[in-house]
Amino acid sequence: MSTGNELEALLRPPATEMPPYPPKVITLASGEQMVVRQIEREEVSTLLEAIAPLLWVERDFYDIVAARLFAELLAFKRYRVVDEYCLVGLIDGVLAGIVNGREARPEVGMSYHTLTLRRGLRIGAHLFAAKMEYHIEVLGEKEVLIVAESPIGFRRWMIEYPLEKKSEVQHELGGVPSWVLTRETYLAAKPRLVAGRRPIPPELLETARKILLPEEETLRVQILGERGRAT
Amino acid sequence: MRQVAIVGCGMTKFGRSDVSLLELMCESSLGALRHADLGERWVDAVYVANMGAARLNKQTAIASALVDRLSLFPAMAESVENGPASGASAFKNGFLAVASGMANVVLVTGAEKMRAVNNLEATDFVASLTHPEAEYIYGVTLPSLAGMFTRLCMERFGVTAEHLAMVAIKNQENALKNPFAHIQQRITMEGILHAPEAVVNNPFVADPLRLYDCCPVSDGAASLVLCALDLAREFCPTPIRVAGIGQATDTHAVHERPDPTQLTAVHLAAEKAFSMSGLSPKDIDVVELHDAFTILEIAESEAAGFFPRGEGHVALEEGTTSLTGALPINPSGGLKGRGHPVGATGVAQLVELTWQLRGEADARQVKDAKSGFACNFGGFGNNVIATVLVREDS
Repeated sequence: MSTGNELEALLRPPATEMPPYPPKVITLASGEQMVVRQIEREEVSTLLEAIAPLLWVERDFYDIVAARLFAELLAFKRYRVVDEYCLVGLIDGVLAGIVNGREARPEVGMSYHTLTLRRGLRIGAHLFAAKMEYHIEVLGEKEVLIVAESPIGFRRWMIEYPLEKKSEVQHELGGVPSWVLTRETYLAAKPRLVAGRRPIPPELLETARKILLPEEETLRVQILGERGRAT
Repeated sequence: MRQVAIVGCGMTKFGRSDVSLLELMCESSLGALRHADLGERWVDAVYVANMGAARLNKQTAIASALVDRLSLFPAMAESVENGPASGASAFKNGFLAVASGMANVVLVTGAEKMRAVNNLEATDFVASLTHPEAEYIYGVTLPSLAGMFTRLCMERFGVTAEHLAMVAIKNQENALKNPFAHIQQRITMEGILHAPEAVVNNPFVADPLRLYDCCPVSDGAASLVLCALDLAREFCPTPIRVAGIGQATDTHAVHERPDPTQLTAVHLAAEKAFSMSGLSPKDIDVVELHDAFTILEIAESEAAGFFPRGEGHVALEEGTTSLTGALPINPSGGLKGRGHPVGATGVAQLVELTWQLRGEADARQVKDAKSGFACNFGGFGNNVIATVLVREDS
């Protein structure tokens, strides 16, 4: 019988050394500055708190994306998934969106999810692009496997880039056979879809050091679209 | 001809709706009827403006459906389809019914549920209003027509991308003050034009028009209750008199016009409306224009007579058309910010003017507004209806 630590070592996947994602700043259509940076494992709990209220939001498939992202991040926090990473978008320190994925094997990335807590302004699209940037330009992968779970995702990834079908490969998320973003497709799409500047001024990066959660009212208005008065 | 007044109005929130077209119509209609507070008076006729229910929602005869759902029997009912000018067309028919004495009280509702289909199909649906042999079959869409129109205006009058962006920024800022508006998003010149990221944030849709130069595809409904002015005075403290209506047409194919930058139908419709009202552009306090594309707000403001030709963008630049300017244009957010459910738009413009003239426009209220002008622009300017409304204090 193993001791607790020995058993944990058996349950915990070995980690690959992955180069960090260099933070960048994107000026949004609103003029606001969104800092995109990688999170540490210790910050996952804060993200779980932000995601939890969305588990029951059916609109635009928020429920399934939130539930899966919650599980993926929890697995990251508890060392139950190998080579996962997570990037966040922060506006004045407030969490605007989350993307995650993992390195499936050398030269092949596995995109997981994209979830925005503030809608519009291409926040999700900017973060997805940052995720692809990480896979292709930082990790040096040749391709990224991707599926969409909502029509919005399909339009943003499959159509905008555009992605290629890879019918012979089953994505880890299940569902439909995978689509793929190749290095060539990424580089062709980069000028029109990948935004952001580096380095970030230190004072701006400092504002993104601590993750602040959006107010519940903001979530209600932004995600449920609850604005308007009765006539 | 009897004088006619607006005595009530209502609207749904524009945007993406999860309810049916009929439910949208009911919500705005009931809102307008409540606002009108008709008491024992009955609706004699119902006019419903809609462009695409048959194609987008697989539903026809929607005026009859609305009467049935609201139990407005035995009111006369008919649907009006006149492209993006359907709303003001239905309003004009309602006006004529009251003015002629055929009806005392009329309900006019404009509605569209466009997001029942995807964006490509919605674009194709709207493009079906173009000339079938000279435009549509060559792939012409409304954004592409507007793009060419914009290029001409840039070359001829010195309109720049910054001017177009100013319209978008102004109207989305106004929309933030309008809880019924589809777009609730502040944008800045830096974010949509000057920052390095602007090319991603605001890509070209139909050069030189970019994403933020185009109105969104929206669902929504808007309603008005019309009544003979003499009767209205018995129960309505602030009737809004329909002082003038003008309508004009132009060639179906844009390239057949001697000067494509000349919006002749807008000019003629406005001229007729002003003539009927006895007012002129300088008498108007608040304006709602059909800014399906940002360039159209500038061009219509000139063609309607508010600014000399080629100087609309100068007035914009000087702040004349801002909410606190001398002539606020599109305080509602316009089509750009409020949204553009095509059949509802013409009615929604008049709902906004009614709120403005009654002093009920909340945070976007134009100070001391007593007269308003609206331009509902059908096709690419081939069927235009202009309306002048005046506040009648009891």
